[in-house]
Formats: sequence, structure tokens, C-alpha cells
Amino acid sequence: MSMPLESSLTKQQARPRHIEAQRIKHNWRFYIFAIPFTLLWLLPVFGVILTSIRSKEDILYNGYIALPAHITFSSYIEAWVAGNVSVYLLNSFLITIPALFATIFLSSLSAYALARIRFRGSRWILMLYISGMMLPYQIIILPVFQLSVALGVYNTLWAVILVHTAFQMAFCTFVLRNFMVTLPGEVMEAARMDGCTDFGIYRRIVMPLTLPALAALATLEFTWIFNDFIWSLVLLQDDSLRPITAGLATLIGQYNTNWSVVVAGSLIASVPTMIVFVLLQRYFIQGLTMGSVK
Amino acid sequence: MKGEVLSLIRANRCTASGKAHDTYEMATTDIQAEVPSVPSHQANARRRVSRHFNFTPWLFLAIPLLIYFIWVIEPLFYSFYLSLTDWDGVTNPTFVGLKNYRTLLQDPVLYISFLNNLKVLSVFLIVPIAGGLSLAVLFNRPSRTVNVLKAAIYSPMVLSFIVIGLIWSWFYLPNEGALNTLLRDAGLGFLAQSWLSNAHIAIFSVTFAACWRQIGYVMLLYLAGLNTIDPTLVEAAKVDGANGWQVFARIIFPLLAPITTIIVIATIIDSLQFFDLVFIMTKGGPGYASTVLANFMFTEAFTNFRYGYGAAIAVVQFLLSFVFIVLYLTYMLRKGADTL
Repeated sequence: MSMPLESSLTKQQARPRHIEAQRIKHNWRFYIFAIPFTLLWLLPVFGVILTSIRSKEDILYNGYIALPAHITFSSYIEAWVAGNVSVYLLNSFLITIPALFATIFLSSLSAYALARIRFRGSRWILMLYISGMMLPYQIIILPVFQLSVALGVYNTLWAVILVHTAFQMAFCTFVLRNFMVTLPGEVMEAARMDGCTDFGIYRRIVMPLTLPALAALATLEFTWIFNDFIWSLVLLQDDSLRPITAGLATLIGQYNTNWSVVVAGSLIASVPTMIVFVLLQRYFIQGLTMGSVK
Repeated sequence: MKGEVLSLIRANRCTASGKAHDTYEMATTDIQAEVPSVPSHQANARRRVSRHFNFTPWLFLAIPLLIYFIWVIEPLFYSFYLSLTDWDGVTNPTFVGLKNYRTLLQDPVLYISFLNNLKVLSVFLIVPIAGGLSLAVLFNRPSRTVNVLKAAIYSPMVLSFIVIGLIWSWFYLPNEGALNTLLRDAGLGFLAQSWLSNAHIAIFSVTFAACWRQIGYVMLLYLAGLNTIDPTLVEAAKVDGANGWQVFARIIFPLLAPITTIIVIATIIDSLQFFDLVFIMTKGGPGYASTVLANFMFTEAFTNFRYGYGAAIAVVQFLLSFVFIVLYLTYMLRKGADTL
């Protein structure tokens, strides 16, 4: 679950290279600890990468902590084709992308109404969303399961998309509303004077101004929805519909003696969120610290 | 003009009170007075509408609220009803009163699971907070190299629990597994273990994998907090002769108290929801040795098809975290009172 915080990270200035080198020289005692520590921290990851490029025989003969006798990518191919990882990964995107757009779009609508329109009951609706923010998902699993059966969406991607859309809405609405409240009202009043409707203000003024918050929120929600496990476990039955997280749980059952394939599958599964993290790290961190009550 | 905008924003912030509404009306009128080109009948029409029922917000809210009600709010209440029924998942639930709860209170697995949740919680309160805070203090320096190291430390945050579970399951493999091999190479062979099938330590092995992810997250939150501390406070203390430890214990740590509070409450709520890692790493085993409440509930409902009983476990779990959810929300709302 997310943890709102009252401040955002201060941007740290990039320094010219020679000054950076001087700093390292000056702080060598810190780096002599920090660099080995970080490498040790990632040891399981390095180990897993090494295992994924070694053959089963090589591991049997030399153990898990050894350099590859020869490098092979056959485990990746095995996981991708025979282990169905290609199908699982596609399903993950088929769930994550619609759910992401739906939840952010619908939340922005509620957030606009709650932040920029005064009406009776708005405070209650806001409280309703806020109380859903920390709701443990276990309490709604069984009714949601029953509901999906009743609505005929059980064992379809729709069920997972719908429940993600609804469940993430509380947090998204809260964050977006808090952002929209801080926008200056002047432009909006001016637009209203000129006869702009509320929907026009939402579309032409508020949404463009909310873009930074939307970007941060989308980055964060992408990783949350993509990494979810429980909903696909509960709402999907066919192996061909499973997203990557539930798929990996199948993979470990299928290849429980061949760890090269299991870890190769796990590494493939991490690529999308890792790309998002490396490219959009700034937004990701902003998102985490943004549920902010300033 | 600026004054009007400010009062508008202020009015925006206290939506419920009638007083604020007056402020808003006044502010609007002021702005209108300054813009003579507005046709007055239009402004009148708008004001007339605002006295009656205002449809506009409900047009924005209708679809989101409908979906939210159907998939989140209604299920929340329906769970309580389900917990009072016998339900096999196929036929209609039959009402049995408090029977599920009576059975549950005599079920030893409930106590084993709850105890395991407490074990998770105690490790989760100590290791990530101590580790995350120390790392934040150490890595709180502006430099490109340090930024790369920090990113490496919190990168596990973007991995799913399933991937983390598999990475650590690989690391913990018994006999010639990576961790055991490393221990033997370091001359600590006596520590080598079946990390996930030893009933005494399985739950701790799983929790440690979770800490690997959590430490980076806590570090990130503390780093954000450290950035808000006024450096002149630290400088002043140093001038007054405080040593590094005193600066930390007397100035930095107390100033980080609000973040620590939020982390502690959220950790308690998270520990009660612990599920994915146990599911993928031990399936609750050996026996019930590493079962937590969420796994207990999942097994009863989806493996044993005792949905009513599962719902009762979910309700117990919800009530246990309810206190902390309320605490968390009131704490946050009190801090953000002026934006509501």
C-alpha cells in the first residue's frame, strides 16, 4: 500500500564530472562501504541472472554459486515458449493498460467534481473514497468473486480489469483531488465567465494543468496493477488468461526442479516494470510521495 | 485580484460550511463586477441554478461512484453477511448465525496464523525501520554516484512479490542452494539450513525476503523527510558542540517522528495483509508453520470451498486492522485539515 508523505524529494543538482570525482576522492571512506554494500544488496539478483544463463547440467555439476561453463539462453526460450510466459506477459498488458486508463480517467472525473465544484454531500463522498484507500483487499475478495460469477464475467479479463479500476479509484481520486484543489481558480473563473461549461473547464484547463500529477500517478499505478497477484488468482481459472504474476506461480509448479527456467521467467516478468522504473524514476518517486497532504 | 483568488481557494477548501459558501459567492460577485462584458442574465441564471439542486457534480461522479459502489463498498458489507452463512460457492448461501465464528475461535490454525502475523509484524517493525533509516542517513548526500546506489537499493520496490518470492526461494534452496553454499564458503557451514522447510524459521525466512523490498521503500520515505529538515538546525547544534550521534538522536530523529508514525501504522496494516510471499514461497508450510491469516482464509475458501468460514476469517482480519486504519486516516486527515 502507498504511504503519503508531506513533502516531495528535493531535486538534487547534477554536478560537473570533475567536481563529482573530487567528491568521491574526498568521501572515499563512505564509498568504500557504500559500493560493496550495494553490490551485496543486489547479490540475489546477480545470482539469479547467472543461474538463468547456465544449463541444468552445469548447475547440477558445479552448484549455484559458480560462473557459467558456457552461456546459454535456452532457459529464456524454454520459459517464453513452453512455459507460456509470452502469453502471460500479453495478458498482463491486456489487463494493466485498460485498467490504468479507466481508473485514472474515472478518478479524474470524481476528483474534478470534489475539488472544483461546491455541492451538498461532497465532503461525504470524499470521505467514502478516503476510507476505501486503506481497505484490506481480503475483506472484499469473496463478495467480488461471487459478484463476478453473478455478472458472468468470472474467468474473463474483464473481471480483473473492473476490480482493479474500482479498487485503485479511491487512492487515485484522493491524490488527484488534492492536486486539483491547489490549482489557481482564476483561469477557471475567467473561462466560466466566457460561458465555458464545467466539462469544458475539466477538459481544457484542469486536465492539462494536472498532467504532472497524472504522469506520476500513472507510473505508480502501472507497477501496482502489473504486479498484482491476488485478483487474477481469485477471478481467473484458465491458464491461457493468467497474467505474468499468476503465470509464474504455474511455472514454478511445472519446472520446480529446473530453476534456470523459473528464474529466467521471473527476469522476463520484471522487464516491463524495470523499464518504467529506469525511464520514469522521477515520476515514480513523486507518485509515492504525492498522496501528500501538504 | 489576487485577494479574490485566494479567498476563492480558501472557499474551495471548506466545502461543507455555509460560511465558506458565502465567501465564495462574494468572491464570485467581486470578479464579476470587474468583468463588465459578462451578460448579467447569464450570471443570474447561474446563481438561480446554484440555489436549486446542482446536477453538474453528479454528472461527473455518476459512473465512477457506481463502479466504486458495486465493486468496493457493497462487497465490504456483503462480507459481513457472508460470514454468517454456510456457502459452498455453488448453491445459495444459507444463514447460520454465529456458527462460523464459534468454529473459528476453536480452530487452532487461527491462533497459529495470528501468531505468525505477529512474528511478521515484529520483524517488519524493526528491520525495515532501523535499516531504512540508517541507509537514509548514510546516503543523504547530493551526488550522482550516490543517486545510482540509492536507486539500486530501492529498485526491488518495482518487482512483484511473486518475482521477489521466486528470487529468494532460489537463494534459500536447501542443501547446495546459493545461501548455504555462501555460508559454507565463509566457514559458517553450521548455519546452513533448509530455510523454507524448517518449521521454526520458515516464516522468518519469508519475512526477510519482504524486508529486502521494504527497506528500500522506508529509506525512500526517510530520504524525503530528511530533505525537509532545515540544515541550519543541524549546523547550530554542531556549533554548540553536539557530536554526530547527538545531532541524530536529539534533532534529526525527533523531526522525522511524523514519518515514523505513518510508517509504523502502515506497517501494522501491511503485516495483517501479508499473503503473496507466503503463497509463493512456502504455501503456508511445512504443515501450518508459516500460515498467516490471509493464507488461512484463502485456503478455507478456495481450496476447501468453505466460503462462509473464509468470510468469517476475513472479517476477523478486517476488524484487527480496522483500529489502525482509522488511526492512519485520522492522523492523515488531521495533518491535512486545511486542504479538506
